[in-house]
Amino acid sequence: MGKYIVKRVGMGLLSIFVVATLTFFLMNMVPGGPFVAEKSISKAAQEALASKYGLDKPIMERYFTYITDFVKGDMGYSLRQRGRTVSDIIFSKFPVSAGLAGVAVAVALCVGIPLGCLSAYHRGKFGDRFIIVLATCGIAIPSFISSVVLLYTFGSRLNLLPTIGLNTFKSYIMPVTALAIYPAAYITRLMRSSLLDVMGQDYIRTAKAKGLAGFKVMFKHALRNAILPVVTYVGPMLAGLMTGSFIVEKIFTIPGLGREFVSSITNRDYTMIMGTTIILATLIIVANVIVDILYKIIDPRINLK
Amino acid sequence: MKEKLLDIRDEYLSFFTPAGEIKALNGVSFSMDEGEVLGIVGESGSGKSVTAYSIMGLTAYPGRLVSGSIRFNGHEVEKMSEKELRKMRGNEVSIIFQDPMTSLNPVYTIGNQIEEVILLHTDKTREEAKKRAKELLELVGINEPERRLKQYPHELSGGMRQRVMISIALACEPKLLIADEPTTALDVTIQAQILELMKELRSKLDMSIIMITHDLGVVASMCEKIAVMYAGHIVEYGTADEIFYEPGHEYTKGLIKSIPKLNSSEPERLVPIEGQPVDLLNPPKGCPFAPRCGSCMKICLREMPEKTELSETHYSYCWLHRKAEFEKGGGAE
Ligand SMILES: Nc1ncnc2c1ncn2[C@@H]1O[C@H](COP(=O)(O)OP(=O)(O)O)[C@@H](O)[C@H]1O
Ligand code: SF4
Ligand SMILES: [Mg+2]
Repeated sequence: MGKYIVKRVGMGLLSIFVVATLTFFLMNMVPGGPFVAEKSISKAAQEALASKYGLDKPIMERYFTYITDFVKGDMGYSLRQRGRTVSDIIFSKFPVSAGLAGVAVAVALCVGIPLGCLSAYHRGKFGDRFIIVLATCGIAIPSFISSVVLLYTFGSRLNLLPTIGLNTFKSYIMPVTALAIYPAAYITRLMRSSLLDVMGQDYIRTAKAKGLAGFKVMFKHALRNAILPVVTYVGPMLAGLMTGSFIVEKIFTIPGLGREFVSSITNRDYTMIMGTTIILATLIIVANVIVDILYKIIDPRINLK
Repeated sequence: MKEKLLDIRDEYLSFFTPAGEIKALNGVSFSMDEGEVLGIVGESGSGKSVTAYSIMGLTAYPGRLVSGSIRFNGHEVEKMSEKELRKMRGNEVSIIFQDPMTSLNPVYTIGNQIEEVILLHTDKTREEAKKRAKELLELVGINEPERRLKQYPHELSGGMRQRVMISIALACEPKLLIADEPTTALDVTIQAQILELMKELRSKLDMSIIMITHDLGVVASMCEKIAVMYAGHIVEYGTADEIFYEPGHEYTKGLIKSIPKLNSSEPERLVPIEGQPVDLLNPPKGCPFAPRCGSCMKICLREMPEKTELSETHYSYCWLHRKAEFEKGGGAE
């Protein structure tokens, strides 16, 4: 186990380095620059800004500077939010997005797993069909539509829920719902198909032949084997959501990292792009390690090497 | 007369699939006394497992009993509710499956899986169940039972796992143990060990056994009675001696010819039975074996053979027993 963790950390660092390098060169290849869009400033002023942030230097030199600074823990200043460092921005926005994502994923699991089980248990019957239709809608409806519908009904028409920010418990309801619909629907379908697959296994027949009741067969013998695909899906999905959902944050006016990420790209805020990308990569790698460890806990056959 | 432990009468069972009705059992009847060991032989797909599962009320979807009755240990199985069936399964009747590699749940320990069935059907406490599980492992010849209880199935060999399956089946001292091809998935040497164990248990414990196999050699050594199945029919039934020395059905004769004789001095000549198994979606009108039978007559294609009692314990369904009559009566051939 210890050896495994050391190995995974090494691999993770290497992956992050590769991601950082690729992002750095790709983003510099894209036309435009952080100050190009600002028509109000003169050519001379633009050049002055570029030289202030070192953008006039050759790309290889900038790359090595960035990497050495990064290793020292310095992600630089944002090019567009003058005077704020990238770390500042990330550390103030990340907890907002991560909290929202955590709640949304918890909700998705609490809804998706039981619905998937129920659906598999009543396979082919009305309940199953109903849940499948529901899940298919959940997967098909994009979050901007569900967000707008929620906002319109519960926010403006019924005036039940706050439409802006994340200040009270109530204000979490709509953004969490909007974020959780897709993963909940996906988990429902994943859980259902995985359970049905497991229910056809020989050891399930053994469990039935012992005289166990249907729910015991399902919840003791099938569920633990069937949950592995859900675990695999949830890890990276959580990591993705934690770096923020641009659409939901925009619609509900939530000061999260998702909006920063997108606007940093449109603004060519190079240092912010690097910062957020590296955070996302790190989270995905960490999530995968956690998934592996969970796998080991759930299924004793798995050997972590 | 003493009541039979198991009495199946005229069982018809079909799987209602989108492709049509698969007629898996077509009028199966047999009975067993307490303590008796019955072998069911027949090639793959002949309905052996389906018969066995139906005794436990475990017929898989989309299968359904169409008609007939199953009496077991005083129960009318076909009329029992799911709840009543659950009380019976693993308790009064239990089963050992073919493939020990996949029949145990990979995520629970051996101990957990044995104790589970004990806790379910008895009033024993966890401690007592654990003690019983240990005894059971000793009974089926597993060394270091204490350690094994804590192991997971993947840490055990195939033979070991089948022993564990047997211990689970025996946990509640069932009246009837069904062994559905318990050795088919194992290596030859392990097969012999498991068969040896079954014989030993048979003499130690007072229970009836149904031994399902497609290998006559396996039943020869341990069964008193043998039922030969073909296409969802029991085509012949008799004592082991009757089946081996006076087979009364062409299919049985074919099976006997296809057993390798270990002690034979002549070079071995195995005669496999030619031809394809019956299509159960569209079974033939007459004798199901007719398309593959070397002695097939006209009447065989036309009509299902009648039951011929060859002795008090021996019967078969084959027109050959009536051949003499036909010839006298104007040649059915
Ligand atoms: N779940 C099922 N669905 C459809 N048909 C089945 C099912 N289980 C068994 N059958 C049919 O029943 C017949 C008998 O099967 P089985 O009893 O398993 O044969 P065997 O003698 O090899 O144990 C097979 O030919 C198969 O077509
Ligand atoms: S009834 Fe006819 S076809 Fe069937 S086994 Fe006997 S002889 Fe062969
Ligand atoms: Mg079978």
